[in-house]
Amino acid sequence: MLAEGRAIDDSVLVERLRAGDEAAFRTLVEALDPVLRRVAHTYVPSDAVADEVVQETWLGVLNGIDRFEGRSSVRTWVFRILVNRAKTRGERERRTVPFASAFDASREPEVPAVDPGRFEAVDHPLVPVHWAAPPDAWRGSPEARLHAAETRAALTAAFEGLPPAQREVVLLRDVHGWTSVEVCNALDLSETNQRVLLHRGRTRLRQALEELHDEQ
Amino acid sequence: MTSSDPTPRPMSCPEMVELLTTYLDGALDDADRAAFDAHLALCPGCVRYLDQYRETIAATGTLAESDVDPGVLAALLRAFRDWRASRSGGAV
Repeated sequence: MLAEGRAIDDSVLVERLRAGDEAAFRTLVEALDPVLRRVAHTYVPSDAVADEVVQETWLGVLNGIDRFEGRSSVRTWVFRILVNRAKTRGERERRTVPFASAFDASREPEVPAVDPGRFEAVDHPLVPVHWAAPPDAWRGSPEARLHAAETRAALTAAFEGLPPAQREVVLLRDVHGWTSVEVCNALDLSETNQRVLLHRGRTRLRQALEELHDEQ
Repeated sequence: MTSSDPTPRPMSCPEMVELLTTYLDGALDDADRAAFDAHLALCPGCVRYLDQYRETIAATGTLAESDVDPGVLAALLRAFRDWRASRSGGAV
């Protein structure tokens, strides 16, 4: 998977931006703008406000590039600017979900990600609770499934239906291949919180694929 | 329990399925990792679930993000040129 925003080395990218290289800026915008816009929506109530926040973020990037010290990746730094602007803006709008609750996995209902009804107690020394019915195999080869239009359709629908915080973490980790550390830094999440959100999101997506295979 | 302990603690299937991201991130402690691996060795259901979980992650990686809106890109490039002009003006 392409690590967007890192097609060129961060230090080279920063030097080129400081030197006023438009192609470097364009590369960064193309890699990050759609994701920034998506994440901005998590914090603010409308398209128009999200667009403004993203615009302000890009201006913040330009005006801050001379002070960028390289302690994080460029894309993490850009996201931190976005999150700060979006939080400020969200508070001002007073219509958005408070940030802390939107991304706080511990405030989600404490239900298991997988339906407990799928398991039953068994008399085994190492496995005290086991699958009542193990998951069925999915039809076709993994390769064929990966590229099937129906897989993409089911996955896209399930992805869009995720709670926003889960969706953004899945987006950065699994769609864009960011590391756990980058996501925690970019969205200001604890490692545990980030992992819980990611796991819940992944579990729902897997469930959607399972349901797709059950239908057939 | 240390990683040299020959008998991992029991781990149930519902516990397994909640630990998959922690496992794939390499973030389980030694005792949990040993229990997790021991469970996988004797539970085809969890092996299949883990395979499907991995496949889900791989499939998610193919969901393309939309391209930058052309109008947005044009506006940002204009802003970039303005910024560059103001910099070179200030530097002289």
